[in-house]
Amino acid sequence: MNRMISYEAKDTPVHRLSGFTKLVFFLLWCLTSALTYDTRVLLVMLVLGIVIYAVSRTEWKQVSGVLKAVMLFMVLNLAFIFIFSPYEGVKIYGSRTVLATLPGGVAVTAEQLFYEFNVMLKYFTVIPAVFIFLVTTDPSEFAASLDGVGVPYPFAYSVAIALRYIPDVQDDYRRIRDAQQARGIDMSAKAPFLERIRRVTSIIFPLLFSAMEHIEVVSNAMELRGFGKHKKRTWYARKPLKRADIAVILGTVIFAAAALVITWADGERFWNPFLTRLP
Amino acid sequence: MEPIIEFRNYGFQYTAQAEPTLSDIDLRIFPGEKVLIVGPSGCGKSTLAHCINALNPCSRPGTSTGSLTVGGLTPEEAGVFGMSKIVGTVLQDTDGQFIGLTVAEDLAFALENDMVRQEEMHARVDEISGLVGMRDFLRRAPGELSGGQKQRVSMGGVLVDDVKILLFDEPLANLDPATGKDAIALIDEIGREQDKTVIIIEHRLEDALYRSVDRIVVMGDGRIRADGPPDEILCSDVLSREGIREPLYLTALKYAGCRVRPEDHPASVTTLEIAPYKDAIAGRYGGADPRVPETGGEEILRVEDLTYAYRPGEPVLKHVDLSVRRGEMVALVGKNGAGKSTLSSLICGFIKPAEGRILLSGEDMAGLTVKERGERIGLVMQSPNQMISKPMIREEVGLGLAARGVPEEEASRAVEDALRICGLYPFRNWPVGALSFGQKKRVSIASILAIRPDLLILDEPTAGQDYRHYTEIMEFLKDLNEKTGLTILMITHDMHLMLEYTDRAIVLADGECIADTTPARVLTDPEVCAKACLKETSLYPLALACGIEPPDLFVERFIALERGVRAAQADKGGAA
Repeated sequence: MNRMISYEAKDTPVHRLSGFTKLVFFLLWCLTSALTYDTRVLLVMLVLGIVIYAVSRTEWKQVSGVLKAVMLFMVLNLAFIFIFSPYEGVKIYGSRTVLATLPGGVAVTAEQLFYEFNVMLKYFTVIPAVFIFLVTTDPSEFAASLDGVGVPYPFAYSVAIALRYIPDVQDDYRRIRDAQQARGIDMSAKAPFLERIRRVTSIIFPLLFSAMEHIEVVSNAMELRGFGKHKKRTWYARKPLKRADIAVILGTVIFAAAALVITWADGERFWNPFLTRLP
Repeated sequence: MEPIIEFRNYGFQYTAQAEPTLSDIDLRIFPGEKVLIVGPSGCGKSTLAHCINALNPCSRPGTSTGSLTVGGLTPEEAGVFGMSKIVGTVLQDTDGQFIGLTVAEDLAFALENDMVRQEEMHARVDEISGLVGMRDFLRRAPGELSGGQKQRVSMGGVLVDDVKILLFDEPLANLDPATGKDAIALIDEIGREQDKTVIIIEHRLEDALYRSVDRIVVMGDGRIRADGPPDEILCSDVLSREGIREPLYLTALKYAGCRVRPEDHPASVTTLEIAPYKDAIAGRYGGADPRVPETGGEEILRVEDLTYAYRPGEPVLKHVDLSVRRGEMVALVGKNGAGKSTLSSLICGFIKPAEGRILLSGEDMAGLTVKERGERIGLVMQSPNQMISKPMIREEVGLGLAARGVPEEEASRAVEDALRICGLYPFRNWPVGALSFGQKKRVSIASILAIRPDLLILDEPTAGQDYRHYTEIMEFLKDLNEKTGLTILMITHDMHLMLEYTDRAIVLADGECIADTTPARVLTDPEVCAKACLKETSLYPLALACGIEPPDLFVERFIALERGVRAAQADKGGAA
């Protein structure tokens, strides 16, 4: 059975990189995307993201489900920005180009649309980075890498443990959902949205109780085999950093620095196309 | 010789408990010994094990009295880490204790924690994986392994530490019968070849005795009730007193009026000297007519030419045909991964068949939704915790009806009926949390019964239950079947269950239905058993040794007797 957003072993340049490298890339990339509103930078990131996504040979079916959910969230986010702050763009860009007026007197401005376009771009720069990171990083090796950069290993390992048991929880979830559905608790798209949310609790509680049963076993099993005995531990699956890793890390740092310098070259986070058109 | 484990007048009480869980324990285990500790649930056998590996009191606080030394250390002082160098513990949950993301990493886990260098670790993992026969699976994730393979990994994971004592906590709990046999054989081999002291905690005595042990320790109510060679323990009445099921062949001998003596080696049906008992057995089981299996009422479920594949080209079910009649109690058996769960998912409509049809009372169910099917087919999952989502019993049992919008008055009547049938009526206003596991199981069954399905499917209804709870649940289901005429289909690994409580067994192997006949016939057919990873009943070699032909008739007669005895016991219990 295919699981969404989980590591798949493939032989691509992205897969061959150490987990640590991908983590550094992922963090810096997201940080850059979060800080900048410079449309030029965001567009470059968008193109780069798509290129890397293609290089990693990530398949559509690996990510489509989650992507749809993120898209839904994005649309809601954009809609709410417009509803609650329709003149945010006007404030930011310091001009007001009215394109149309909605019933109720709210003006649709080019500035607002451009601002929201930038927000959307941010989504589209971060999404490939998250996907690439998740589907190309061998989870065990990732924990080792985290430990390598000084993250305390109990924390690093807890990430690995979470990844180890996610498939189990997914299976549990599926089984419980099916059984509850057979009892008549309709989880399909037929039921109204709010009702569905309410009914999800009939899955969540059994899922939690089952998980709690597992947790005791897991923590006992770990303790019995000496987890936490020493301040350090070694890693069976650690991958040492290779030349390509160093290159990618350096490249990422330089890119992030350059992007931020360009962004703030004019003294603020926003790149303002409306300014140039002013007489 | 010095004992490697010595309990002296030992007692243990959990901080959270009002009474001690262990008292007056005097037990000595010597290096190289293989000891089987048996006892019903709650007798303290797991507590005893966890005192040896120091999980008690280091992980679960409590106080001990008397003294305990293990390999010259006091576990309480050495702590869990200290003891882990001497005692290797294999827990019963083969899945939960698989910590690594791959086989290799799981085997290396203890080494990683001991800061062993990577090259050394790789060499050691290679060696150990060979020892437990998992060398070809090093890169596999736990989800890609069978239960037996996971257990091999668990064993390997403690063997990397070169421990002196191997401690197995219910190693058979999650395995199909044939895999359980393999596990017991592997434990035996490794114990002898690696010169380990082996302690096995189990309540499935007959299965655990598949390979010989030096001693059996019987526990009951926190105390040691008996401690001796298997031949002697099996001849005493301590097992039945403590509610542990004795091997079936011995029960068969008892019903024939035989008093088994230790010198005839009753520890295994293969070592048992049968000559002194042969006549009695032939007399008891030779004559009477076999039970004629009832054909039941009209056909309620029909599966035709059913095929299903999760991945193209790898069918899990191949052209399966089967039929269930109203009022039947049927077992669906076969090894893990044979397609049993897939079949039940198809029947319930969670997944759609690639080919074939499923008919319920003659009607094709293809067009029905999961919910609509759920009104006619009830599915009870293995663990009640997988189903219960409401805090109060009444709410939980009424959940399905509420979701279907059944009027309150009608729903409340159905709920009360279901509660009454399940013996839960007095608890109807209790919180679910106050119930025991067995009672929760009943709640999960009641919540399905309230919907009034025609067919009840139970997934492993007795998994992890000791003999007393097993009997309780199964007698309840039998009653339900007899009194209400409810049709019951059970997915199970338990050969006893299928023999004693079902009229018919449908055997799946590699996605095909390879047998559909009486349980007695299935379990006396070596070929079917081998193919489906079932375990032949020990009555089979007994029948052969006594020259009773055909063996399945012998088994039928035995089961008829057994049911009679049970019914008498149940009546006595009911009267008292």
